[in-house]
Amino acid sequence: MDLSFSPEDLAFQAEVRDFLKKELSPKLADKVKHNKHLSKEDLTGWHATLNKRGWLAQDWPKKYGGAEWTPVQQQIFNDEAAAANAPRIIPFGLKMLAPVLMKFGTEEQKAHYLPRILDGTDWWCQGYSEPGAGSDLASLKTRAVRDGDHYVINGQKTWTTLAQYADWIFCLVRTSTEGKPQEGISFILVDMKSPGITVRPIILLEGTHEVNEVFFDNVRVPAENMIGEENKGWTYAKYLLTHERTNIAGVDASKAALAEVKKIAAAETVRGVPLAEDPYFARRIAEVEMELDALSTTNLRVLSSPDAASQAGPISSMLKIKGTEIRQAINDLSRRAIGPYAMPFVSEALEEGYNGEPVGPDYALGVAPDYFNNRKITIFGGSNEIQRGIISKMVMGL
Amino acid sequence: MDFSHSEERQLFKDMAARYIADKYKLEARNKAAETETGFSPDHWAQFAELGLIGALFTEEAGGFGGSPFDVTVLFEELGRGLVNEPLLATAVLGGGLIADLGNDAQKAVLEEVIAGTHQLAFAHGEPKSRYDASHVETTAESGPGNGYVLNGAKAVVLNGGNADTLIVSARTSGKTWDEDGISLFLVPKGTAGVSVRSYPSIDGLHAAEVTLDKVELPADALLGEAGKAYPAIEKVLARGAMALASEAVGIMEVCRDMTIDYLKTRKQFGVEIGRFQALQHRMATVLLEIEQARSAVINAAGHFNENRVARERAVSAAKTLAGKVGKLVAEEAIQMHGGIAMTWEYAVGHFAKRLIMIDHQLGDVDYHTARYVALSKAA
Repeated sequence: MDLSFSPEDLAFQAEVRDFLKKELSPKLADKVKHNKHLSKEDLTGWHATLNKRGWLAQDWPKKYGGAEWTPVQQQIFNDEAAAANAPRIIPFGLKMLAPVLMKFGTEEQKAHYLPRILDGTDWWCQGYSEPGAGSDLASLKTRAVRDGDHYVINGQKTWTTLAQYADWIFCLVRTSTEGKPQEGISFILVDMKSPGITVRPIILLEGTHEVNEVFFDNVRVPAENMIGEENKGWTYAKYLLTHERTNIAGVDASKAALAEVKKIAAAETVRGVPLAEDPYFARRIAEVEMELDALSTTNLRVLSSPDAASQAGPISSMLKIKGTEIRQAINDLSRRAIGPYAMPFVSEALEEGYNGEPVGPDYALGVAPDYFNNRKITIFGGSNEIQRGIISKMVMGL
Repeated sequence: MDFSHSEERQLFKDMAARYIADKYKLEARNKAAETETGFSPDHWAQFAELGLIGALFTEEAGGFGGSPFDVTVLFEELGRGLVNEPLLATAVLGGGLIADLGNDAQKAVLEEVIAGTHQLAFAHGEPKSRYDASHVETTAESGPGNGYVLNGAKAVVLNGGNADTLIVSARTSGKTWDEDGISLFLVPKGTAGVSVRSYPSIDGLHAAEVTLDKVELPADALLGEAGKAYPAIEKVLARGAMALASEAVGIMEVCRDMTIDYLKTRKQFGVEIGRFQALQHRMATVLLEIEQARSAVINAAGHFNENRVARERAVSAAKTLAGKVGKLVAEEAIQMHGGIAMTWEYAVGHFAKRLIMIDHQLGDVDYHTARYVALSKAA
């Protein structure tokens, strides 16, 4: 047992810091810090910067152009990037589709799609949830019917994150109604420019356009776009859901957010005394920090474990539950820390190029919207209740 | 970073685990708890023989371990067996202080400690000190022949009734809460003026109230430098708190496994009660919170040999999470078992009692959270 970084890890950390200092523009970092809205160019630009350095696909094998970092290296990078207010890496292509392609895709599919994910040619979105298939994902109804060399898709997906920017969507579709619901699902890749696709925005409760509805009306998709075998899509989807483990705990983002809470609490005063010195508030910060330090170790511990691969499902679930609960507790602290200035909502101030007068301290901007926006994290990716169900079943055999 | 144990430590862990699983039975343990000493001399002799006591001391002190992870690994196993032999009092606290501060003559006793033939206790807490380590009202005034005279009272002294030597803290200068001015003294069993009232604790251990009435001690009873004992006391209490947090993790896992088994076998409404989602989700929470407590213990051991603030913060975090998660696990284990857990005969209640009482030793959740806040300011 040894919690210290090796000399190689320390050198890597210095390299990452140096990179962030040189390559992350202060303007972009400022937007991230204040939870301002990021444009597509902000996100793709950051991907391109990382890709140029060979650091975009952190956990991909080198043969596919990945960095093949160890869990510790990934955590170092993510911690440093979050602390420097770098934008998050958009996971759909890199962390969700790519592992499925690598494991279940044909050589042609890998050769075609993986480089395009890396160089930003294709922005991917995820077509899983449907209006009637949320936590009960296997009840999805979007149909794909074989017609010669094509599948014809009809139905609707929802909660599709950043579909407004996407070039492609990976979808779970129903190819059979025989047997158990899980047994008739296929995994297919669809060009968003295909005729018959309509994207309609869903505005979230804090006013942002992050997710969408995607409608499929007789969309013709070449049969070669199917991943693996027909009706085996559920297996691939489960693999996808459990594969992305390294950052599911969100330790990096929580660390950065907690540091920001401390700054706010030091700046806010109660009768001239910093809020940070209020025993009750200080205690609340301490409670979250102790949990976060433990989670950071839980995260590395399980990822470094030789059983990590076989235990992927329950481990992901555990990290997801605890990570999202901690993140929400931090959002809650930020919201309380700014007091009445949580209320003003000048939505233009969250857009690029806003030059108006801020209401209240600048650190208050975006705090309440982020609190509301992050209610999503215990819901998406399998709600925390679904995750608890997975733990019950897979670990405890209940 | 490396989260695996060295081969040597893994072998040691397996050996301790095997002994406890094969030889250490709860019923006998509870019987031993009712005897005057409160533990089994046979097990104690075996622990010495197997090297469990020696593993808590460095080679320099005559042992063959003594690193923070040696402490946590052993105490986790002790937790699994609900071991009530006085390893904390004799080896970690008492032995730790002698190893840290003792002169050569004083350290000679460690050989007997490691051999299992000498018991120690750290008589530090007082009736009004709660968990405050610098609260020492007991006084040590100069006595005949460069010696000392001690007066005061020590509270809930773990293993106090069995100790061949008590290590007593007393104030040679300063006021009640000053860190400066605290000294330590080696007080042999039977010293005139020392009265020891030993009693059982609710979780199957033994502790004692110790009264010191004009206790005359020779000059060489002083352990370490006069008035300068606080840093060593703080450090040994941190080591003790870390050991307790790890013991708690071992107990939690036993409670968890017993509860899962029960959920799979107990039937109500015609099905195993583990089929009920209300229980499944709560059990999942128990499971993941235990992992958090375990991580906090790893953090404590991993940072123990760094600077004071890093050590104390990590230990306070570990003891806090052990207390919080311990309460969750103990209470949920009892609740999910239902009535059977309320009986003396069924094991889980005994584990739950110890788990809850660990929070009352060397600082509870409130104490360590406040301490963590104070240390964070210093960081």
